[in-house]
Amino acid sequence: MTFDIGIPLPALMSQLLLGLVNGAFYAMLSLGLAVIFGLLNVINFAHGALFMLGAVLAWAGMEYAGLNYWVMLALSPLVVAVIGVVIEKSMLRWIYKLDHIYGLLLTLGITLVIEGVLRSIYGVSGLPYSPPDALQGATDLGFMILPNYRAWVVAASLVVCLGTWFTIERTKLGAYLRAGTENPKIVEAFGVNVPLMVTLTYGFGVALAAFAGVLAAPVIQVSPLMGQNLIIVVFAVVVIGGMGSIMGSIVTGLGLGVIEGLTKVFYPQASSTVVFFIMVIVLMLRPAGLFGKEK
Amino acid sequence: MLQNPPRRAPFASQLAIYGTLLAVVLLAPALGAYPVFVLKVLCFALFACAFNLLIGYTGLLSFGHAAFFGGAGYVAGHAMKAWGLTPELGLLLGTAFAALTGLAMGALAIRRQGIYFSMITLALAQMLFFFCLQAPFTGGEDGIQGIPRGKLLGLLPLDNDLTLYYVVLAIVVAAFALIVRTIHSPFGQILKAIKENEPRAVSLGYDVDRFKLLAFVLSAALSGLAGSLKALVLGFETLTDVHWSMSGAVILMTLVGGLGTLTGPIVGAFVVIALENKLGDLGTFLARATGVAWFDTLGESVTMVTGVIFVICVLTFRRGIVGEIIGLAAQYRPPRKPAAPAGSHLVDGG
Repeated sequence: MTFDIGIPLPALMSQLLLGLVNGAFYAMLSLGLAVIFGLLNVINFAHGALFMLGAVLAWAGMEYAGLNYWVMLALSPLVVAVIGVVIEKSMLRWIYKLDHIYGLLLTLGITLVIEGVLRSIYGVSGLPYSPPDALQGATDLGFMILPNYRAWVVAASLVVCLGTWFTIERTKLGAYLRAGTENPKIVEAFGVNVPLMVTLTYGFGVALAAFAGVLAAPVIQVSPLMGQNLIIVVFAVVVIGGMGSIMGSIVTGLGLGVIEGLTKVFYPQASSTVVFFIMVIVLMLRPAGLFGKEK
Repeated sequence: MLQNPPRRAPFASQLAIYGTLLAVVLLAPALGAYPVFVLKVLCFALFACAFNLLIGYTGLLSFGHAAFFGGAGYVAGHAMKAWGLTPELGLLLGTAFAALTGLAMGALAIRRQGIYFSMITLALAQMLFFFCLQAPFTGGEDGIQGIPRGKLLGLLPLDNDLTLYYVVLAIVVAAFALIVRTIHSPFGQILKAIKENEPRAVSLGYDVDRFKLLAFVLSAALSGLAGSLKALVLGFETLTDVHWSMSGAVILMTLVGGLGTLTGPIVGAFVVIALENKLGDLGTFLARATGVAWFDTLGESVTMVTGVIFVICVLTFRRGIVGEIIGLAAQYRPPRKPAAPAGSHLVDGG
């Protein structure tokens, strides 16, 4: 592990950017997990599978219907949101009163079904998907070459994350949501349709995952297994950040992505486990997580 | 709250159940069952029972038990193959490795509760998976192949399937007896108290974290024993055993059989393993019976079928096979005689 000048600046910057790209995915996924957990008390294991579904849908749209990237960027989250609404209405609804672990087990089952079905259709090899023409190529910034598509991923996910933060923390709708997280019974007594809110929240959370999936399609190889390892890393991110704060999820996600990117430069062997190591350290020093509150 | 298992069946019927189970496994090879297949089921049954000790009796859902099962398998396999150790030493080393890993993982994971506990164990187990993927002695994607069975205590060669069968059976039965004894011991009762109402257990003065950690280590060690046995029986160890889907599989076995029942995990392990092995045949049979050609591909969709079983179990069948049977039996049993002597209910907990 050396922090010497052996690494040229452009290489460092490009790994940093790659880290930011991964961090953007972590941020969007952990944000969705946190919002869903807040209102539904369910840890959505299926988040990784729905992320993957978003990416596969983008690929399928191009392959079968000739729908381009931009169309699928809007359409794929919508389709996944509808699937999410169906999942919530038909299955999740029945287990809210049970122990949290049943939510995890149920969504694990849903994950296996989604991945199993897609695997039997597409196998496990990657499906090629290239970035849209407008975002191909790179811009020379002088100190580094900036691939346009990666810059777009970071920018788009930042906008979406901050938009979500604004909606939840600063608007009336968000106030209902926060109140529902705090005490659903009282909110219902005020005449808010809480079950509908719960359904839509789940739909929104998984749409966020699908959006991340479409963004990821040109940078991570699209395959039915692409969500598997990601969701475990995102779980670690959630443990590190705590699920109490929206901004906390965003910052933790991006930060860990950057740390992971830097690890790839300085000590590549540890790049797949560094997030877990950080989780261990955080658990020892601050068990509730960086932004969490111990109940 | 977790679904409470129904009350324990009376002593006579318990004896009948265990007797039948033991007779079946003792006679299985004579009845024409393939010993190695039964052994594989037994290893997974022990794994599921060890896991159940944690979820069913302490209320902790570990999502990282593959680390103990597979990790111990690697250690035992490496010890027997590369170091040429005798099987009992290999098993011992594997179990010890799992116990130590369990101590480290447990100490970290019990710092958080509920759903976080599951996520932490999952993440920590994933660390071990990446370690096994990269470490030189695990053989990467190929795993460890050709683990010799060796001679037990340096005397008894295990090359014969039948000899191996009865040796492993004895170990599994002993481990199962240990689990049963633990559950009915005062220690087991405190675990159950923690599962039912943790704050109350704390207020009664129990050091809850210590009991949780002990239960975690015990469960990890027994899972490690199961994993080491499996490496010995099958003669190879691969990444499948440390992958998180193995943690998922053991959860499924326990859930299908019945969380918090003694024999449930055994039944569940049998059902899940049999399903994995025979799904193709089942699909062919269904295709022929119903004329739907799609069923022919069922054998390739184990993941999907597993997922569907998970969903069905959680939504409609939370007590599992054995849990449902005990529940039904309790319905048709005449109510207990009243006027039991004072205090006798204290020793009569599930």
